[in-house]
Order: sequence, then structure tokens, then C-alpha cells
Amino acid sequence: MRREGDTMDLKNYELVVGLEVHAELNTESKIYCGCRNAFGMEVNTECCPICMGMPGTLPTLNEKVVEYAAKMGYALNCTVNPVSKQDRKNYFYPDLPKAYQISQFDIPLCEHGWLDIWVNGQERRIGITRIHIEEDAGKLIHDDSFTGTLVDFNRCGVPLIEIVSEPDLHSSAEAKAYLDTIKSILEYINISDCKMQEGSIRCDINVSVHKPGEPFGTRVEMKNVNTFSGAVRAIEYEAARQIDVLEDGGTVAQETRRWDDIKGQNFVLRSKEDAQDYRYFPEPDLLTIVLDEDKLATIKASIPELPNKKKVRYIQELGLPEADAVLLVETKEKSDFFEAILAAAPIKAKNAANWVLGDVSRLMNEQNRSIDDLGINPAQLAEIISLIEAGKISSSAGKQVFDEMLQTGKAPAEIVKEKGLEQVSDTSALQAIVVEVMANNQKSIDDYKNGKTNALGFLVGQCMKASKGKGNPALMKEMLLKYLEG
Amino acid sequence: MELYQLTAEKLSAMLANKECTSEELTQSVLRRIEAKEPEIKAYLTVCAEEALKKAKEVDQKRAAGEKLHPLAGIPMGIKDNICTRGIKTTCASRILENFVPPYDAFVMEKLHAADAVILGKLNMDEFAMGSSTENSYFQKTRNPWNTEYVPGGSSGGSAASVAAGEAVVSLGSDTGGSIRQPSAYCGIVGLKPTYSSVSRYGLVAYASSLDQIGALGRSVKDVAMVYSAICGRDPHDATSAVREYPDFAAGITGNVKGLRIGIPKEYFGEGVAADVKEAVWKAAKALESAGATLVEVSLPSTDYALSAYYIIASAEASSNLARFDGVKYGYRTQNFSNLTEMYENTRSEGFGAEVKRRIMLGTYVLSSGYYDAYYKKAKFTQLRIQDEFNKAFEACDLLLTPTAPDTAFRIGEQVDDQVKMYMNDILTVTVNIAGLPGLSMPCGFDGKGLPVGCQLIGPKFSEQVLFDVASCWEQQNGGFDLAATLA
Repeated sequence: MRREGDTMDLKNYELVVGLEVHAELNTESKIYCGCRNAFGMEVNTECCPICMGMPGTLPTLNEKVVEYAAKMGYALNCTVNPVSKQDRKNYFYPDLPKAYQISQFDIPLCEHGWLDIWVNGQERRIGITRIHIEEDAGKLIHDDSFTGTLVDFNRCGVPLIEIVSEPDLHSSAEAKAYLDTIKSILEYINISDCKMQEGSIRCDINVSVHKPGEPFGTRVEMKNVNTFSGAVRAIEYEAARQIDVLEDGGTVAQETRRWDDIKGQNFVLRSKEDAQDYRYFPEPDLLTIVLDEDKLATIKASIPELPNKKKVRYIQELGLPEADAVLLVETKEKSDFFEAILAAAPIKAKNAANWVLGDVSRLMNEQNRSIDDLGINPAQLAEIISLIEAGKISSSAGKQVFDEMLQTGKAPAEIVKEKGLEQVSDTSALQAIVVEVMANNQKSIDDYKNGKTNALGFLVGQCMKASKGKGNPALMKEMLLKYLEG
Repeated sequence: MELYQLTAEKLSAMLANKECTSEELTQSVLRRIEAKEPEIKAYLTVCAEEALKKAKEVDQKRAAGEKLHPLAGIPMGIKDNICTRGIKTTCASRILENFVPPYDAFVMEKLHAADAVILGKLNMDEFAMGSSTENSYFQKTRNPWNTEYVPGGSSGGSAASVAAGEAVVSLGSDTGGSIRQPSAYCGIVGLKPTYSSVSRYGLVAYASSLDQIGALGRSVKDVAMVYSAICGRDPHDATSAVREYPDFAAGITGNVKGLRIGIPKEYFGEGVAADVKEAVWKAAKALESAGATLVEVSLPSTDYALSAYYIIASAEASSNLARFDGVKYGYRTQNFSNLTEMYENTRSEGFGAEVKRRIMLGTYVLSSGYYDAYYKKAKFTQLRIQDEFNKAFEACDLLLTPTAPDTAFRIGEQVDDQVKMYMNDILTVTVNIAGLPGLSMPCGFDGKGLPVGCQLIGPKFSEQVLFDVASCWEQQNGGFDLAATLA
């Protein structure tokens, strides 16, 4: 079945995808010790006996981690459990110094949520099974300069949340939209740096295919997917692989496969028979996590309007084009700025959006600064837009006022007055200009009459020039037309 | 009378009165170690130089008029599963043969702050798994009362060193009876404190939910002094109780008038030797004559405690000991060609039989499909045992039982019979399962002249009551007769 926007042909199969997203939290310190939670430091400098799992050491929970994870829970409409517990997941690997990972098994911090995503012009609701907290493992280092393998423990104990979706995604495009939305929410509530190149978001992908009306097919899990575009490729590859197997009369094996993004292929990691038994059991070194009502209420109240909801509101209530809405909600700072302009004066949303996405974004790029660091007072920008909308200054004069305002810090009205930028909307005052332009541009008048309607733009431009930018272009256009048509 | 023969209480007063110096005392104990160690084999590491250096430091502080802790200058030994910065901490295992921790356990920080003199590290059953100290990779410790006999375990070195005068007091750890049973076998006093009252930070974990560090000494007051020094909240142990503790040694009254002492009938059953029962009864009667009331109580789930204990303890151990994998520290096999082989051979060669047995048992009970049948049921049994204790403590203030079903056994006698070996713990494991304090005090001798231990069990944080009752018995008994061992 092919859905609009899909890049692949599913040959009349339905695709079912569930995602497990691991996001590193940007707390100051690690989850179970006082080490700094910092990326890119010299190997084995941000670790201590606790995160290195030395004998006799004990973990103590960083409460910020719980708070951050609960924030994400509320952002994804979950129930945040007032009581949850931590468990040990046991397995041997050299990057896991305790030989168990402290995670959450049967009672996670957050459960039963959902996330609305915007795909192909409509909203889709994706179920969130659970969000739990856990610790990251270290990194193995292989290098040609030495034989064997070394371990860097800096990442051990970096706090993670794992966000598990329901198998509600039905295309790679939906998966991409889901991942983009998760990322933007993490950034909005400022709990993760979301730096893909640093591996701060990673995902495992569950994929199955089935014929419409039939039960779900056998699920294959893919690990090692480190980019969102890689996720799209991995899903499409795996769906096609499963469809080929089924079309050839075979059956899909339940297994875990490793995605190789460079080869664009996946490979069997382990079959169902080799599935690891993690022997989960309650972590005896840590207490039950208890969040009282007040704490939960405070966390809940701290959740701002989220980008996915904002986007829909911008499209549906403010009438903005989807492209504008997408760009405006990119960061919380940008949408806050946009909304501050709108709140300051009764101006058109589209005009405000144009300014934010036009001149303001240009300045951000030029100066490589965040929107809040540009020194623009949103109320003053709103004033400029009002002046333009009211026809008191032209839009080109508006830009002049904007630049002047940034340089001098003066109020827009003051600048307009000082520079004499008031737009002339008095027909008697403009009459002479129009007459003069008509008299000096006979060729354009002929062109217009011969059907070259864009000659009108040229004539309006000439009028603007003659009025030194102050004439109301709409009015002058009207007057010109009267002569030309008359 | 040699200084090493005296109690911490007496020595503390002598040091304060400048009747002796810590250096003289430490030298006396070190000479005793030198003399007795070939026979007793209680120590894995003796730090003579560091101990003398510390003793001199304490003497200087005292000379300078500094106000010192009662334990200042008192030489003591530390079980080798308690991390000591810069001093090997082996857990009596090949796998940690050369492990030198770069940090101190919380209790060590406390002892250093109290200016105690650390003599060295004491032998034990490997990773505290065992009841005879025969499971040490390095050596078998002997019972000072009769060197053909085991000192008990797992804190066998801690008990034997104190009983032999090779330490004034010592630290041990108790997961299922590992302080109380060797204290009983060696005729000394041992306290397993309330779970959460002593930080476990730096205690190499065997079973995290049951492990507790405690003290061993030749008098009740000595044990109370050490316990007072090591208990208290530690922010690095999440399970550590937020609580203030009194000076237990100073608070001992020895008054038992009006106390109701429960006698749980399940602890005096068939498996308990007649000599043991008799000696324990004698203590009970003496307490009764001092003003306490004896009441019979019942703890019907006691029969299930040992099974529950071995399931919970082994389950936690299988996870706690997984970190000894040859990757980061400790023993690594020479014989491997890939990662899996490195893991397998390191652990096969690095761990002893009993440790491997419990790791396998623990791995099994946590496996998918078996978790509910074993681990979950054991945790349920734990709740039941806790409830029964709570109920019993409505009828009485504390319980009095034998510490172990019998006195010390001969070295090698029980090594081939695991079930018999595990039965040593049958009267002590319930205390760990319920997180309660338990104290073992000597209460006489059996026909072979080996000491019998009497166990006092109280509600959580009732250590002061246990010290009072034990002290009452100690006074009536005229102190514990150590002449035989300290000769």
C-alpha cells in the first residue's frame, strides 16, 4: 500500500514501525555519581570509582534526572508514576563496568502517553508506551595505533531516557516526523542537547510488514541507528527485505539486526534463540523513586506549549502556511519572539512571520547569534509592522527604520519623524508626481496599453522614486491605473 | 598482664590517663600478631609500619592536649572486604589478589577520623560466602580455642584475631550470620547492626540488601564503642538511614528490669545441640533473675528463612560479582583467544568453588521463567518473616536464641556437605532477612571446651537494648573468660 509522501513501494503490504529513542539528558552531573556530564573530554578524565564500577562503590540517584524525565513524560502526555523503581539489567560487555546497567523494568517513571505529529498535511497521534531513566555505557576504542581494544569510561553513567513508542508508525515518513518532533520537544523543554554527531540521540527500530486485514507480521529489531535520515533508510531497507522474503514464499525470522548506514544494509546480530536473558531484578542499592503531588504539579506546570502543538495552531488559527509554521517553531526562542511581536500590537500574523523569517533570521545568520541576543525589542518591531500595515510608512521605509533602530536604539516613531519617512497618502500631494511620471514615460504607457502589464510595476517604481520612497505605492498604483485605463 | 590482653574500654581509659601510649599498645599487639599468626593465620595483610606511624601521631595529638575519640590509638583489624585506600583489599579471592582500592570505605573514613590504629586486613571466606573461613583463596584461619577447629565465617579472621589478642577490636560484615556465628565460635561479642545504620559504601558487595558492617570485640562495651564510631548517615549510600545516634557505649546501663525477653521455640528445635541449648538457657535464666521476664513466642516461617536467604543472597551476588570480569582490575586469565573466553577463563580461574556455586544458583533463580518461582517467592517469604518479627515484638522487647546450632567444627569436617554447612546460618539469616540488629555474646562452653554463643535480636535500631542486656549478662558472668585463648 502506497501512502502519499512515501518514498518506497510497499507492494500492497502494510508497514508497522515502533521506535525506541535513547536521549542523553543535559544534566550537570551524571546519573549516579558526582562526575561532570560532559562530552568530548580527554579519555577517562570524567569518571570516578562509582561510574567505573569499582568494588564496594554505590550509586546515588541524581534527582534532576528524574525531574527531566518526568518533564518529557508530561510533554508526551504520559502518566508520571508517583512511585517507580530501578532495576538491574545484567549482561557482560567491556564498556559496562558493573556488568549491569541500572534501568527501569516493570515500573517505569512514565507510561501511557501519546505524541501528535504532522505528516503530509495532517495530524497523526502516535502512542507512547513508556519513558524510563537509565545510565549510558562507556565507549570502546579501536585504533590502528595499537592492538586490542581500550575502554573510555567518560560516558558511563551519563543519564539517558528511553522513549518507547507503540507500533503506530506506518511509513518511514511518519517515523522521520516522529523523530523530528521528539527532538524538537527535547530541545523545547531543554533536557537534551540532541547533538546527533555526539550520539546524544540514538534509536532502535522495530519493523514488521503484513497484508491489510491480516495480523501483524514478525517483528525485527534493528540496532545502531544514529541519525534520523539513517532511520528512514533503515526502515525502508528492512521493509523491502521482509517483503522480498515473504514474496519469495519465505517467513521473516524474529531476530535483532545491526544497521550499517555506510553499506546501507543490515546484518543479523542475534536470532531469537540467542536472545539475551537480562535477569532483571530490583536494584537493591537504590530506594524507590517517589514524587509527591506538589513536585509533580510543579514539573507539569513547567511544560511550555510544545512545537508540534504550536505548529498546528499557527497553521489552523493564525492561517500561516505550513512552511512558515515549521520554521517559526524550530526553536522555542524563535516562536517566543514571534508571539511577543504578535502580542504587542494588532498586526497580521503573516506580516510578523515574514519579518521573523526574513530580516530577523538574516541577522541571526549574519551575526551568528540567537534571536534573543540580537537586541531587538519585539514591541518596537511590532510598531514598525503596524506603521507599515496602517500605510504610514512604506515597507522599504520600514526596513530603514528597522536598521536604524538596531543601530541607535531609538524608537521607530522617532526615527520615522527624524528621517521624514512618513508615507504620503494624500492624493492631491501625489497627483503632481503621477502626472510627471506619466509625462516622462510614454514608452511604458504604450507598453502597458499593448498588453505588457508589468510596465505598471515600473511606473509605480518611478513614482516611488520621485516621492523619495514616501509615497503610498498602493495609492499611486490606483491613480496610475485610473489614467492608463481611463 | 600484657597490653594486648585488655579491652578497648580499659585501654581507652589508660591512654587517656597516660598510663600507656598508643605506640606501646600497638607494639604489644604487633608482637602478639608476630607470635600467634603462624598458628592462627587471621591476617591477610599486616600494616605494621603504618600502624606504628598512626599510633605515634595519636600519642603526639594526645600530648598536645587534643580532645580525642575513645577509639583514638586503639589497634584494630579490618575484614578484607572493606575497602582501604592504598591497602590491598582482596575479599580473600584470587580474582582481587592484587586489588588496591584508591578510596576508603565510609567506615574507614569514620575510623580514621576517630584516630583508630589500623593493623591490617583480616581473612574471610571468599567474598564473605561461607561459615568457616575455609573458602579463603589464601589460607585457613584457626580457632584460637582449638586450632584444629574453624573460627566460623565468613568473618573468621575478624573473630579469631580478637579472640587471640591479635587485635583489640575488629570490623566484620554480616550477610547471613557472618559476624555473629564466628563471634560465637570464638567466644567473643559480635554485633550485626540494623540494616541501614552503617554505610555499605566501600564494602565489597555480596548481597546488597542483606550486607551490613559490624563490630567484634572482647566486651560488650568495646563493641558498642566501635559501633558508635561507624554508624551514621552517609549520603553515598542511598539505603543509609537519616538518623541521629547516641553514644551507645556511654549509654549502657546493664539494667534489664521489666524487659520482656522472647524465647522463640523454633530456635530451640531438633537440630540444636544439647550443650548449646543448655548454655543459652543458663544465660536466659540469669537475665530473668536480674529482673527480665521470659516469654515464649513463635516465628513460624523460620523454616523457610534459609531457602529464602540463599535465593535472595545468591541472586544479588550473581549480579554484584559480575563486575569481576578481567577487564578493569584484578585477575585476568592468560589463556584466551576472544572476549568470551577471556570472561569465562578469568572467572573460572579467579573464583573459588563456593563463589561459583552461588553465582550459578543466583543466575538460575533470576532467569526468565524461574524468577517468579524462586526470587519472587523468596521476596514474599522475606515479607512474611518481617511481619512475624513485628508481631513477636508486640509481645516482647527482644528475642534470645542460640547463635548457631552447634559449636565450632573441625577444619575440613563440613567442606563436602554443603547443606550441613549452610545449616550453620539457620538461626542467624532471619535477622538479615528482616533487617534487624543481632548480637552474639559468649554464654559458656560445650563438652569439648569450645565457646557457645547466645544471640539477642531486637527491633530495628534497638542496639542500645541489646547492649544493655548483653552487658547485664557480662557483669553477672564476670566478663568473658579469655584466659585460655590469650595465654
